[in-house]
Order: sequence, then C-alpha cells, then structure tokens
Amino acid sequence: MSAAAWVVSDSWTMTRRELAHWARQPVQVVVGLVFPVMMLLMFGFLVGGGRGVDGEYVEFLVPGMLVLTMAFGLESTMTAVTQDLGKGVIDRFRAMPMSSSAVLVGRSAADMLQSAVGLAVLAGVGLLLGWRWHGSAGAALTAFALLLLLRFAMLWIGIYLGMVAGRPELVQAVQILVWPVGFLSNAFASPASMPGWLGAVVEWNPMSATATAVRDLFGNPAAASSSWAFDHAGLLAVGWPLLLLAVFFPLAAGRFRGLSR
Amino acid sequence: MTIFVEGVHKRYGNKPALAGLDLEVPSGTVQAVLGPNGAGKTTAVRVMSTLLRPDAGTVRVAGHDARTDAAAVRSRIGLLGQHAALDEELDGRQNLEMFGRLYHLGARRAGQRADELLDRFGLADTGRKPVKQYSGGMRRRLDLAASLITDPEVLFLDEPTTGLDPRGRAEVWGAVRSLVGGGTTVLLTTQYLEEADQLADRIALVDGGRVAAEGTADELKSLVGADRIVVVLRDPDRLAEAAALLPDPVVTTDPPTLGFPVRDRMEGLALTLRALEGAGIEAADLAVRRPTLDEVFLHLTDGPDGPHGPGGPGGSGGAARAGRADRTEVSA
Repeated sequence: MSAAAWVVSDSWTMTRRELAHWARQPVQVVVGLVFPVMMLLMFGFLVGGGRGVDGEYVEFLVPGMLVLTMAFGLESTMTAVTQDLGKGVIDRFRAMPMSSSAVLVGRSAADMLQSAVGLAVLAGVGLLLGWRWHGSAGAALTAFALLLLLRFAMLWIGIYLGMVAGRPELVQAVQILVWPVGFLSNAFASPASMPGWLGAVVEWNPMSATATAVRDLFGNPAAASSSWAFDHAGLLAVGWPLLLLAVFFPLAAGRFRGLSR
Repeated sequence: MTIFVEGVHKRYGNKPALAGLDLEVPSGTVQAVLGPNGAGKTTAVRVMSTLLRPDAGTVRVAGHDARTDAAAVRSRIGLLGQHAALDEELDGRQNLEMFGRLYHLGARRAGQRADELLDRFGLADTGRKPVKQYSGGMRRRLDLAASLITDPEVLFLDEPTTGLDPRGRAEVWGAVRSLVGGGTTVLLTTQYLEEADQLADRIALVDGGRVAAEGTADELKSLVGADRIVVVLRDPDRLAEAAALLPDPVVTTDPPTLGFPVRDRMEGLALTLRALEGAGIEAADLAVRRPTLDEVFLHLTDGPDGPHGPGGPGGSGGAARAGRADRTEVSA
C-alpha cells in the first residue's frame, strides 16, 4: 500500500477504536444524545417562547438547538483528547510506524460521525414537536452541511484546547466558558430584544451566523435584524468556520508534532 | 552496536534532562540503565524510541538514525513505557488487535497475533475484559505483549516493574528473560539495583543526565574498591590472636568474624589461609565478599561533593563509603 493508503487505513483503525468505545459505554452515548433533546424540551416548553420571534417558537428554536449542539461538541472532543494524552496510549501510537496524522484524523472522523447521529436524533425530535423545513430537500441538506461545518471547526478548537489543557480537570474551566458563548447567540432569542451592545455581540457570534443561515435554508422564522451580519449570514456561516479552521487546524497539528519537543 | 547513543543533550526549558549521554548496547544483550528519580532515564528512553527529539547528539537504533529516520526505527522497536500505554476502555484482545493493525499486519494476521500473545502472557481467559478491570500485573503483561507484536529487534522497558507487587515483578522478569533467549536487544531502566543485577548483562549508572559509570555488575562493584575477605573462626577465644596476624581487620564477636579489604582476592585468600594454618587457628567459614551494587550506587550518585566519574573512587568520600560497608557487613 502507498503512504496515502496507510493514512486512510490507520485513520479507519483509529475511528473504529472510538466506535468500540461507544459499544462499551452505551449509557454514556445515550446520555450524550438525550441531553440536547432535554435542552430542546426545556427551552421549548418550560422556559417558553423566545423574545422577539414571530411565528411558532419551536420553528425558531429547533435550528438554534441544532447549532448549539454543534458548538457544545467542542467539549466532548476536548475531553476525549485530554483523556488520551493523560493515559500514555498516545505514546504507544507515536512510537509505532503508523501514520501519525491518523490519531487526529481518526478522532475527527469519530466525532463527526457522532455529531451527525446527534443532529439526526435532535432533528427527529424536532419533527415530532412540529418543526418542519419548508424549503427544498437540497436547501435542507445544505443547512445540515453548514451545521457540520461549524462542528468541524469546533472539533479542531477542541483538539487544540485539549492538548493545551493536557489534563481532564482543565476541561471544566473551558466548559464554563463555552456555555455563555453558546447562549450569547441568537439560538434562543432575537438580538433585537436585547440591549444594543449585547445584541451586537450576539449578531457577530459565529453561532448566530450559522443559526440565521440555517433558519433561512429551512424556511424557519428568523431572528430578524437589520445588521450587516444578519444580511450576510450565509457568507459568515461559511466564513467563520473556515476562519476558525485556518487558525486552529495548524495550531492543533503543530501542537501534536510538538509532543516530540 | 544495536543501540548507539553519543553526546545526547536534551533540556526542558532551562532544566537539562540529558547532559551528554553516551551509551552503546551490542546486539542480543540486556542493558540496564540504573539511576535515581530525575536522573534522565525516562528522557533517555523517550529519545531512543523517537518520542522526543534530542537537542544535540547522535542516536542510532537498529542501524537507523532516530532523528532523521524515525519511521525505520519505529518499525524495529517495542516500547514499554512507565505508564501502561493501553486503551483502558477496550478489552485486552481489542487492544492487541488494534495495535497489530496499526503495525500494518492486516486484519486477519492482527487477530491471530492478538490470540497468540494473549496465550503466551497468560491472558487468554481475560482477553475479553476491559483493561480498566485488569490488575497491575495483568496490565503490565498486556502492555508488554503490545510491545512485542512485531517481534522487535530492540525492546525498551522503562521501569517495567515500578509499582508492581513481588508477584507481578516476578512475572515481568520471567517474560524479559524468555525474550533474551530469542535474540532481542533489551534496554531497561530501573531504580532497583536487584533488578539490574538479575536481568542485565551490563549496567549503566546514570546521574544528572549522563552515564556516571558503565560495565558489568562485577566491574561496577570493583569501582567502589576492594573485595573483602571475611573469616569466621570456630573458637571465639582465639579472635584477638587471629586479628594480630591479619592486616587491619574489623572484628566482630558474634559470630567471631574478621573482615579486611584486599587488593587481590586470590592473594588475600592465600595469605589468610597461610596465617591461620601457621598459627593452628581453625576457620568455620571463609569468603570473599564483593561490594554490593547498592554501595556502588550510593558511591557514584550520592556523594557529598556530587557524583564521581568512573574510576574516581577514593578520597574522603571513598573512606566514608568504606565505613558504611563495614556496618553492612557486621549486620549481615
């Protein structure tokens, strides 16, 4: 086999490793899938209608929750990376003649797979609650692709932060920061209903861009606004993740190579 | 030389971990790297096994440069790190199979190899249990099995028995001994002198990131100085008489024993026998006692004025050590 074929083969072995973890911990996997569903139900029924939103709140909320789930995926990636590093198994991988990028490629493939399943479950529950997409199937697929693109950017931030943190304890610190960043978006409410300065922050949050673009593609009610960010949400929904990737992919790869320093 | 290390330096920030490490290990031998915590043992293994890049120096393993040809080195070595390098969530067989695939054995061969190794290391019954349920000794054996998937030319063992109970230690020792018969070159680090003495052909004493002394256990022991002749008399009443005949002996009364250093053990034995025979004093026991590795270790790494180089025993430090040796002997 050629070197490139070994990268694919080794990456697949590493992905299978993650899949085997899921088979070993079905409860954890189910909890991971149920948690966003509970958030959806809680915000949909307990907390109640979003401020500044026209139309059915569930139509507005489901795309927002899909975005938030992608963003919070950062935590699970980060946790998995720190656990791997802490256990010395990475040392064995690195002392083997395998393709070294397979460690990170396998991680990202497994996480993307998990996120795709998570999206499907959450969208399914959304459908049960009355959420629909009103546009074409192509538009809906584009929306899901944008969501996964955001997740992919979060994945590499997670890999980088996981390697910087190095210890599982430090993951908690990041978790505490991820939540406000997630909530400071238009996932639950329209920025129009917020104080001006806060609204501006929310408008430019990468998660808001994806949420607005996705709502548009699904034909769901928007968190209407007259800002440049709102008008160019589609561009930002692609641009933000690509920008984050351009920063964090090389950082993560460099950090991984730097393990031998 | 299967392992050739010359002038290797490695620092972490401002802290030097290796400061000019030199080491040569011939093919098919067992080399122990012995030293206290923080001596640079683990850093040395990580550099030799391509996990760390040295700042300077040459590292060749199995004929390949660890810096410029890491891939070639990796396919010829096995590594047993200080901490179990296993996937805790997976079972023993899944671990071995995964590593086998990553060694590019192919799916079928990886599975076969996993079963062979589980069998060989007595883990066949527990191969389906997740590793996190394994005992320390089982984990270590599985870790060792994972290091041997490709029958490596060179095996690095970083403190292979640290943290194991005596039974686990005996298991690992047995496994290492069986490997040596197969022609594998083994480099093991250890804090235990006994382990180095038991397993290794040659021992490198490492302190402060460099080799303070290197040789066989016997050669190292002779660095500390002289052999000692120890005579136990049959008749305690003749102790003083015998002491007068021998050069400067340390005398203990129960049992009636005389001990003294000699430069040449054969000459010393002959002298003792002649003296005792001439005076008609009967010996119950007569032995040449070599210094223990513990004494070498303390002598070379724990001196009040820093480590001594090879061949540098003597001076006030040496005298202090001799005193310690006497005490050991009396109590023995």
